Amino acid sequence: MKPRDSAIPARPASRRVWARHRSLLFMCVPAIAYFVIFHYIPMYGLVIAFKDFRVSEGVMGSDWNGLENFRRLFTGPSFLQALRNTVVISFLRLIVGFFAPVVLALLLNEMRIAWFRRGVQTLTYLPYFFSWVILGGIFRMLLASDGPINVLIVSLGMEPIPFLTHPGWFILVIIISGIWQSVGWGAVIYLAALSSIPQHLYEAATVDGAGRWKQTLHITLPALVPTMAVLFILSLGHVLNAGFDQIYNLYGPAVFSTSDILDTYMLRQLQAMDFAEGTATGLFKSVIGMVLIVAVNTMANRMSDGEHGLF
Amino acid sequence: MPRSRGEKLFGLVNGVLLTVLAVVTAYPFLYTVSISLSSAAEAERSGFHIVPGNSSLLWEAFRETFSENDDPNEPHRTACDYLTEYGDGLSLVSYRKVLSDPDIRTGYLNSIGRTVLGTLATLFMTCLIAYPLSRRCMPWRRSVMWLLLFTMIFSGGLIPTYILISRIGLIDRFMVYILPGLLSGFSVIVVKNFFQAVPESLGEAARMDGASEWAILWRIYVPLSKPVLATVALWTAVAHWNAWFDAMLYVHDRKLQVLQSVLRRIVIEGNTELVEKGLVQADQFASTPETIKAATVVITILPILLVCPFVQRFFVKGIMLGSVKE
Repeated sequence: MKPRDSAIPARPASRRVWARHRSLLFMCVPAIAYFVIFHYIPMYGLVIAFKDFRVSEGVMGSDWNGLENFRRLFTGPSFLQALRNTVVISFLRLIVGFFAPVVLALLLNEMRIAWFRRGVQTLTYLPYFFSWVILGGIFRMLLASDGPINVLIVSLGMEPIPFLTHPGWFILVIIISGIWQSVGWGAVIYLAALSSIPQHLYEAATVDGAGRWKQTLHITLPALVPTMAVLFILSLGHVLNAGFDQIYNLYGPAVFSTSDILDTYMLRQLQAMDFAEGTATGLFKSVIGMVLIVAVNTMANRMSDGEHGLF
Repeated sequence: MPRSRGEKLFGLVNGVLLTVLAVVTAYPFLYTVSISLSSAAEAERSGFHIVPGNSSLLWEAFRETFSENDDPNEPHRTACDYLTEYGDGLSLVSYRKVLSDPDIRTGYLNSIGRTVLGTLATLFMTCLIAYPLSRRCMPWRRSVMWLLLFTMIFSGGLIPTYILISRIGLIDRFMVYILPGLLSGFSVIVVKNFFQAVPESLGEAARMDGASEWAILWRIYVPLSKPVLATVALWTAVAHWNAWFDAMLYVHDRKLQVLQSVLRRIVIEGNTELVEKGLVQADQFASTPETIKAATVVITILPILLVCPFVQRFFVKGIMLGSVKE
């Protein structure tokens, strides 16, 4: 590395500059050590996906067994079921939930009473800051067979609904409670984008005779597109993350058939000491995830001339 | 500007929609708070529990106050009677039990400990790496950047991480809460971008006066970057407060559990000695498993509610700063 532009020319400048660079490099050492230990060593640990891993032999000592672990995963029932559930839940979230924060942001934006707008905004983003242990506990109480939601359903003359133990209803609970938790936070992100729209655009539109609806359609929505693109890329890249925290704190064996996802399956593999196959599951997930995020990002960059991509 | 009829109608519909949304968001929390403050008998009564205790008694007391009693022969209950009966439906027993439970106490202390220590450590480390990365003249800057960016799109996953953590002896150690999540690529980039916006001339002037890079970082860059550091600190603190998975996976020692993992045992797994202790005392003021669960949830939520006023201000700024592009 060549030392560059120093403020003081001549004299032993290069030495001085190198001393500066050396102290900058020293500052990097702890972080590099951290990333190597806690991120790159586990990446190296992925090799046990191709091994007949024995705890006593360790990562390096265990014998290779090629693609045997993957063969077993793909011929067994659990992995494929978990993969299917993961993809189904993610896409349902995307279809049902992606536009919810946009709509909420637009509604909040149109609300003219300031204190009411601020109040609703603060209230709706609150759940985003609570863990799914807390929210899972609350929903378990609300949705219990004798909980208030079922009290309402029974008082309307219907049978109580087994929300948490019926595979189909459970998926609905997951999707709805997921939106409930994150819609306000999503709206905050869009509202931030809305506040950067220059006011004169609206004034010009008013002069040209555009009503509020036309203004929303032609000024507000287009201004949200870049944010939507970024969030869409992120959610596509995370298709294999179907929401571990939420599902793990709400599910039970009765609903595995529709809600056992890759992450919960992997955790059970770990708890069963099934290290090699569990790592194979994890490797599958990491590789697909990386391919997805790079592919979607490349696509977004192409479509918008490098404007809407993340990197 | 006059509003058309359509706009007025829309405003009305909009208000109704947002009100419904607010109610739907608030109700689960109102229910939890109500249950936690109710006596066992009240908590078991089926209903919506929007306020603690039996709200119909409050309504009766209200009616009694403002209506004239037309039938003197009917046994008469005053508003005060209703209020007394209503008061019997309230109870702080669940909170007393929860707060006197040793597991919850240690959990609380450990959670506070990991939140404070973890946040400070993360802030220190983030500044330390963000500064050299923000200096264009640093050698190997792009390589270090890539080392960091790659961890954002690819990871070793659950099991190799678990094996690593157990091999380096972090199982059942407090440090397992701090070390594995010390840095996040995202926060580093956010802080780095902010540092890059600090005018170079400030650092240059200090350099002329003989300041070391270390001094320039802590005396010039960090004080100028308070908003972004507050954002990162809040993100980190909330994440630490809410973390439960690491405690569940890596920590079996009761003395080291955090609040969320105690909460998980009580409200999700549902069968702990604590809940059973609540069941044993069967007098009318006793708690039920439900009131215990609700009270535990409430005391876990409270600290987050306390930081919320700051959250709104900083978090939104944080998003605006968080563009990854270089």
